[in-house]
Amino acid sequence: MNNLVYLKDVATLTLDKNKCTGCGMCLDVCPHQVFKMNSSHVVIQNRDACMECGACSRNCPFGAVSVNSGVGCAAAVINSLLGRQGGECCCSIDPADPAQKNKVGCCS
Amino acid sequence: MNKKKSCSCPESPITLQVIQQESNCCSAVKDIPVIIPRLDQPFVTGSIQTSIGNLPQVSPQLTSQDHWGAVKARWGKGRMDYMVDPGLYALGNPGNNSPVLVTANYKMSFDYLRRELPGRTAWILVLDTKGINVWCAAGKGTFGTVELIKRIESSGLKKIVSHKNLILPQLGAPGVAAHQVKQASGFKVHYGPIRAKDLPAYLDSGMKTTPAMREITFPLKDRVVLIPIEFLAAVKPYFIVAAVFFLLSGIGGPAGFWTNILNYGLFAVFALFCAILGGAVLNPLLLPYLPGRAFAAKGFFLGFLITLILLYVRSVNLQTWTGRIETLAWLLIVPAISAYLAMNFTGCSTYTSLSGVKKEMRWALPAEIAAGACGLAIWITSLIIA
Ligand code: SF4
Ligand code: SF4
Repeated sequence: MNNLVYLKDVATLTLDKNKCTGCGMCLDVCPHQVFKMNSSHVVIQNRDACMECGACSRNCPFGAVSVNSGVGCAAAVINSLLGRQGGECCCSIDPADPAQKNKVGCCS
Repeated sequence: MNKKKSCSCPESPITLQVIQQESNCCSAVKDIPVIIPRLDQPFVTGSIQTSIGNLPQVSPQLTSQDHWGAVKARWGKGRMDYMVDPGLYALGNPGNNSPVLVTANYKMSFDYLRRELPGRTAWILVLDTKGINVWCAAGKGTFGTVELIKRIESSGLKKIVSHKNLILPQLGAPGVAAHQVKQASGFKVHYGPIRAKDLPAYLDSGMKTTPAMREITFPLKDRVVLIPIEFLAAVKPYFIVAAVFFLLSGIGGPAGFWTNILNYGLFAVFALFCAILGGAVLNPLLLPYLPGRAFAAKGFFLGFLITLILLYVRSVNLQTWTGRIETLAWLLIVPAISAYLAMNFTGCSTYTSLSGVKKEMRWALPAEIAAGACGLAIWITSLIIA
C-alpha cells in the first residue's frame, strides 16, 4: 500500500522487548502497521509510519510500549504557543470519516 | 489514593485507580442508576421492552432529517444540538446474544454506524463524548476507559446481554485500555475495523479483520472532502489581508489612487487569492505528489510555482529595478502563505505525528513569518520607488 509517510526519525515510540509477551494487542490497535510479530515478541518494523496516537501504549497490558502521544496538528501547537485556550482542542477529523470535521478550521 | 477501602463507589468523576482499588466491593456496582436514553429523540423509530425498561430502537435507514443534519454539521452549524443521548440503543430487534457495538455520541458517528448495518440486529452502546467523534474523543480521553466502564453499568448492559463482548472501533483505541476494561467490568474489548463499512464483513467472519481494515489511509476522496473546510477557514483572514494590500497599493503607488489600484492592487488581491488556493486547495489535492515530507515544504514549493505562473501572466519587466523588486516580493509572500496553510493541514491528515509537526514547525514557522514580513516590506518599497 503506498501510504504517505511523514518525517523520518522523529517518532518517540520505544519498545521494551523484555516486557513484551507477544500478546499481539499492539498489532490490532496500530492504524499504521508499525509492529510486526517476530516469533515470541513484536518488533518495530516501521517507526517512521508512527503517528504517535498512543493506541499501542495504552493497550499493551504489560507496559512494553511507550510513546509521547499527541495530535500532529500545527494549529494546535500554535494555539498552545500563544497560550490560547484550547491548545489541546485540535480535533482534526475522524479518518474513518473525513467529512466529520467538528469545527470550521482546525482550532478556530 | 491510599484511602481505606470503603464501599462508597464513587460515581463521577471516577478515576481509574479508584475503580481498580475498590474493585472488591465495587465489582458488582449495583447502585449506579440505569439511565435510559430518551425515546423522543427524532431518530428513534420505536422502543423495545426489556427487563430494565423500554429501550429506544433505531433503524439502519437514515431519514432526510438525518441527512440534512449532517450537511449542517459539516458546515459547522448546529453542531451542539448534534448529539445523541448516551446509553443503550437497539438496532432492529436484538436479543441477548446480539453483538454490542460501541460508539460516540456525535450524531454522525452514530448515523454512520447504523447506516452500514442494513438488515442486522445489534445493541449500540453510546458513550458520552460531548458530541465529538470517536477518533478525536479518544485522543482527548472522553472516549475512554473510565467512561466505558461507567457506561457499561449505567446503561444496564449487563442485564441485557448474556455475553461479555464489546466491539469498539479501532480508532477508539488511543483512549481505551482494553485490559483495564476487562479487569473492571468483565467485558472483553474487541477492536473492530477502522471504517464502519467493513463492519458487516467483520461480523460475518467471526470478528476477524484483514490488514486493510486495520490501516488508516488518506486517499484522494478523503482529502477532497476537507477542502471546503480548509478554504473557508482561510477566507476570513484573506479578506482582511487583501483589503490592506488594496489600500496600500492605492496610497503608496506612483499614480492616482484608482490607477494604482488598477496597476498594483488588483494583482495583489489576485496573487493572495492564488496563494490561498495553493495552500488550502492544491496542497490537499496533490499531497502525495508534492516534493518533501514536511507539509510546509510542499506549500513552499506550490507557492513558488504559483508565483512563477502569476508573474509570467503579469509579464513583469525584469529589466527595471521596480520589476525585479516586485518579483522578489511576490516570490516571498505567496510561498509564505501557501506554506503556512499547507502546514495547518497537518491537523487534518491521518499520518502526522506531534513530534514531527513540532520539528517541522521549528524551521517552517520562522521561515514563513520572515518571508511574509520581508515580502511585504519589499513590496511596499517597490510601490514607493515605482
Ligand atoms: S501489546 Fe505489549 S505485550 Fe502485547 S505484543 Fe504488543 S508490545 Fe508485546
Ligand atoms: S502510537 Fe499509534 S501509530 Fe504509533 S505505533 Fe502506536 S498505535 Fe501505531
